[in-house]
Amino acid sequence: MLRRIFPHPQLTLMLTVVWLLLVNTVSPGNLLLGLVFGVAIPVITQPFWQKRPVIKRPLRVVEYMALVIWDIVMANVVVAYTILFKSNARTRSAWVRVPLDLTSPEAITLLAGTITMTPGTVASALSADASSILVHCLDTDDPEAVRDEIKHRYERRLKEIFE
Amino acid sequence: MIEDATLIAEVVVSFLLVVAGLFGLVGSLGLVKLDDTMRRLHAPTKATTLGIGGVLIASMIYSAVFLDRLSFHELLITIFLLLTAPITANFIAKSYMHRHVDEADLPPTEGPYGWAVYDAVPEDERPIDTK
Repeated sequence: MLRRIFPHPQLTLMLTVVWLLLVNTVSPGNLLLGLVFGVAIPVITQPFWQKRPVIKRPLRVVEYMALVIWDIVMANVVVAYTILFKSNARTRSAWVRVPLDLTSPEAITLLAGTITMTPGTVASALSADASSILVHCLDTDDPEAVRDEIKHRYERRLKEIFE
Repeated sequence: MIEDATLIAEVVVSFLLVVAGLFGLVGSLGLVKLDDTMRRLHAPTKATTLGIGGVLIASMIYSAVFLDRLSFHELLITIFLLLTAPITANFIAKSYMHRHVDEADLPPTEGPYGWAVYDAVPEDERPIDTK
């Protein structure tokens, strides 16, 4: 019975918090309205949440987020340097194939998002059987080092979180 | 004491706004300077995140110190931005590849199937169930 009213408790909590952030004030009325959305939306969208990813190690998620935020700041500096001080002719762009060990769609999506937001790389395509991901590098002398860094720095951590 | 705190907050807010403005400018400059669509994609997805992030943090500090109320809209904007920026970049990259990139110029997938932009897996063999 409880399961039918709250099919996805984390989503209920998240929607309520997001609603309170949106209205920017915490009052009983807003909390109630937030809870109404938090209960109604998971019930309506229930059919889309058949297979839910299980997060094995929640603490690692915090570590991963901190790492990615730090890398985003560094990425900004690196890309700004390339734009300002490197001529187009000397900028060496390359396509890099990164073989994937991840299998869960959520983990692959997170990895692609991380790749796009971090130093000089944009995730461009997935192979049709989801076994590797195509990455475009803005400026690199060593495409293999880029591949190894993505695998070691991000994919290994995501694998620990999801699988 | 209170005046000191206000002064520090003013300095921090101004510093964040200036840095954010510079990164925003560099991001836009990149769009003009870089010479190919795939390269241009790098400028707005990165240089502007710090630009927008700086303005948002400055805005949070400003409303907390000078307007005496906590504002959390900025956190939401950050989350929405981090969620949407990679997806738009991926869409632009894919449509560009469809129209202008030859599959032969890309590294091979080294698997039984090609890149998803050019190749498809038969429905009963899909690794990810999209139904």
